[in-house]
Amino acid sequence: MAKIIDDETMENVCLLAKLSLEGEEREAARAEMQKMLTYVEKLDQLDTEGTEPLSHIFGSENVFREDEIVNGNQKDAMLFHAPRTKDGQYHVPKTIG
Amino acid sequence: MELSQMTALELSRNIRERKISVSDGVESVFAQIRKKEKKIHAYLDLFEEDAYKRAEQVQKGIAQGIYTGPLAGVPIAVKDNICIKGKKTTCASRILENFIPTYQAEVIDRLEQAGMILIGKTNMDEFAMGSTTETSAFGVTTNPWNTAHVPGGSSGGSCAAVAAGEAYMALGSDTGGSIRQPSAFCGVTGIKPTYGTVSRYGLVAYASSLDQIGPVGKNTEDCAALLQVIAGHDQKDSTSLRRELPKFGLTSGEDLKGMKFGVPEEYMAEGMEEGVRNTFLASLKLLEELGADVEFFSMKTTEYVIPAYYIIASAEASSNLERFDGVKYGFRAAEYKGLHDMYRKTRTQGFGKEVKRRIMLGSFVLSSGYYDAYYLKALKAKAIIKKEFDQAFEKYDVILAPVAPHTAPKLGESLKDPLAMYLGDIYTVAVNLCALPAISLPGGLDGRGLPVGFQMIGPCFGENTLIRAASAFENARGTFPSAEKGGIKI
Repeated sequence: MAKIIDDETMENVCLLAKLSLEGEEREAARAEMQKMLTYVEKLDQLDTEGTEPLSHIFGSENVFREDEIVNGNQKDAMLFHAPRTKDGQYHVPKTIG
Repeated sequence: MELSQMTALELSRNIRERKISVSDGVESVFAQIRKKEKKIHAYLDLFEEDAYKRAEQVQKGIAQGIYTGPLAGVPIAVKDNICIKGKKTTCASRILENFIPTYQAEVIDRLEQAGMILIGKTNMDEFAMGSTTETSAFGVTTNPWNTAHVPGGSSGGSCAAVAAGEAYMALGSDTGGSIRQPSAFCGVTGIKPTYGTVSRYGLVAYASSLDQIGPVGKNTEDCAALLQVIAGHDQKDSTSLRRELPKFGLTSGEDLKGMKFGVPEEYMAEGMEEGVRNTFLASLKLLEELGADVEFFSMKTTEYVIPAYYIIASAEASSNLERFDGVKYGFRAAEYKGLHDMYRKTRTQGFGKEVKRRIMLGSFVLSSGYYDAYYLKALKAKAIIKKEFDQAFEKYDVILAPVAPHTAPKLGESLKDPLAMYLGDIYTVAVNLCALPAISLPGGLDGRGLPVGFQMIGPCFGENTLIRAASAFENARGTFPSAEKGGIKI
């Protein structure tokens, strides 16, 4: 039986996803997620007993290299893209009261 | 021969033999664009002025012996999720509407070193999430074979551009079929390389463990030549493989004698359009006539590939797309109350429906209490799916498969039912889960005159086997018609 996406779960998912869905959009998103979760639970029919989860096909080893600077200071170019800047910094809403 | 009908290798050969100039090739592309782009809308951005300047530079470079490769002087289109320094890279999303990267993808450096000419950035499904190019925030792309139909996706713009003669070749990216499926729908050829063969540096990430950049072209030989240009280790991408690269291409006089091809019988199950089935079966027959040994076998994990893929891809997407928060670049909502509200409003307004759908699904399957039941379960399924492919490749050199159960759907039909759209990825997603290489090439046309493609799937590092087999097939099939000429019988 598929997990039922209730209000509480929906609110938690929106919080994690950093989305604020309202009204119809929220209802549609809930219905679609419910349908998708019901579908993917097909995986429950697959016996995975004793199988290790596989993340990387070619293994995942740390890759090291010398920490050498290969690019210059691009501060101005980077800040150019920010929606708001102030005094050469990213400008964000107040975070601490 | 009309210039725009030439393959990329033919164009470059004519340039080297001084029969035409590099600018002639560029002009032929922009002439097609002027003629067709209004209807096709393959591009989000065009670099006409730069392209002509670059053409002069490349012309000199060829004369001076700087550019000696087989694709020197060839105009190429680039999917809009691959960064080109100083050019807008939007991923067809509002949230990146004004993003101009200060760096560029490793593949772009390699195209430039090969003396290729960048023509423009192509339309795509938003953040490469979709199968029709209809989730683009900047309008749909149409199929050059029939503009009432979609070009497929997510690399729909790249494949439509090549099919319409608006580019000689293009770069796409493939996370679950995004090069192969639009190639099939547009009657062109595309390769999804073995994971780690092409650097992902500068490719905006969707699902990092599945994403690969690959070539789109008019035939296999063109794709092989472009793969040679873009493949290779890059220390800027830690998943880039230190693999010994072969010379991608053909050895003369190939036939398919002694080659073993397997076809999963589960792929022939109901739900496949008749036109796709008939063309696929005709392609199998042609391969047999070329001396290949073709047999059906059972691939029992087939029904689990879509659930596993959508859980893993959405999980990675939800994590990768966390960076779009209205602080460092892109769009920020106009009104908000405090930091978290700014994040949420920015993302809610900046992302389209399909992207939000996948971010939410991904956030859910990774959330506390559900991680094991969904995400970990999908990773275990992936291990079992990979094992079954490994076993199949002990027996077969190549696995043959359709690309999609149907040809290009009509515009406006697919997004109504997302799950039904996801099910159309049944033949393509396992390749990404298992890091395998695959080529999609046209087999014929369906009853409505729309192209039908099929796939050859190889074991890891098996690109050259696929290239040889696909070329032998092409030789027997004959040149596939262009979207303008249409019509083929095999």
